[in-house]
Amino acid sequence: MIEFHLDARSGVSPYLQLVQQVRHALRLGLLREGDRLPTVKEVVAQLAINPNTVLKAYRELEHDGLIAARPGVGTFVTRTLTDASFAAHAALRTELRRWLAKARKAGLDDESIEALFMTTFRTAAQEDIA
Amino acid sequence: MTAALRAQGLGKTYKRRTALEDCTLEIPRGSVSALVGPNGAGKSTLLNLAAGMLEPTSGTIEVCGGVPGSGPEQLAKVGFVAQDTPVYAGLSIEDHLRLGARLNRAWDDDLARRRVERLGLDPRQRAGRLSGGQRAQLALTLGLAKRPELLLLDEPVAALDPLARREFMRDLMETVAEHGLTVVLSSHLVADLERVCDHLVVLVGARVRIAGDVEDLLATHHRLTGPRRDVSTLPGDQHVVSAAHTDRQSTLIVRTESPVLDPAWSVGALGLEDLVLAYMSSPDDGSPGGAATGAARRTGLEVVR
Repeated sequence: MIEFHLDARSGVSPYLQLVQQVRHALRLGLLREGDRLPTVKEVVAQLAINPNTVLKAYRELEHDGLIAARPGVGTFVTRTLTDASFAAHAALRTELRRWLAKARKAGLDDESIEALFMTTFRTAAQEDIA
Repeated sequence: MTAALRAQGLGKTYKRRTALEDCTLEIPRGSVSALVGPNGAGKSTLLNLAAGMLEPTSGTIEVCGGVPGSGPEQLAKVGFVAQDTPVYAGLSIEDHLRLGARLNRAWDDDLARRRVERLGLDPRQRAGRLSGGQRAQLALTLGLAKRPELLLLDEPVAALDPLARREFMRDLMETVAEHGLTVVLSSHLVADLERVCDHLVVLVGARVRIAGDVEDLLATHHRLTGPRRDVSTLPGDQHVVSAAHTDRQSTLIVRTESPVLDPAWSVGALGLEDLVLAYMSSPDDGSPGGAATGAARRTGLEVVR
């Protein structure tokens, strides 16, 4: 079963962190169809957070068709996110490694690499929208 | 949206000092609301008014659909744990539970005893011998076992160490999950409340500066940094909460419903603590920082929808 955690300094709201952690686990194949998610009370007991936050996260995941609540039984994963793109991960990772090595060779430190990646990523995302 | 607490133009004046002024707000039923502000801002006064321990000097307040403390029915609906977690030092834990059972018609003795057992407390022990954390847990136990619709907690974790704080909040949230009660808790530390509250009220200098759903508040407040700029040149829908300038740079915290499109700004998200601090440190009266006041007032009023 998935175990949630919260990062208080991430700037991401607690409910979104829960949603992202489920999506992340689904994408990496750590959660599969039929797996049960912890109950609201279990999450509350573990993280000491507001039950409404957990409910909100579960509602959003349910709305996205990723999980379904079966009253009296629990909340279950109904779909995985490890689609066809999962197969491409390995190749992309190798390519990214190669790019990172190149960036270091060119003299970029961690911070510069991250900044370059994020600005390029954001610009590309904005161009896609436009 | 039904309200667990509703205040209209509420005010309280002690002899000469104004403790609370023109307070208009609504606390939604089922929410966990944080009441934050510096010491002396009026948090305890508001909670005491809600509990019926104080009478308002002006305006009205309604909790769970009635006047606070107006009769046995009404008293049963509201639980109040005052500051410094008051318990009777000379009485044992067992005495406290028996007292609770005698004085409260909806007393949940099962819940009380299960909690005492889970906390590892000896019922024979005198409350005066308990640690700060244990005393807070005993006071919370009494508040919860009363099974109120609305539970008011005044600075419940101020005296607790981080572990005891986490345990206290966890127990409180578990009860919220189980019984669906409304909770209003005050604190001068926002960090304690970030995980647990979904509704926020900021009190500064006896007034409500801003109130609303936490997610909404975080989504509509932004930190803008960019080349120095006069705040009066901003678009009309951007309300400046706080502004700081160096000779070249301006850093603003603004509230706006629409996205900030000006490319000169780099726009950042705001944490709950930053948001509260921005309201706490910005001027409140109609003088030069007037834009901030306008924004806060409007938001304060919007919550009444």
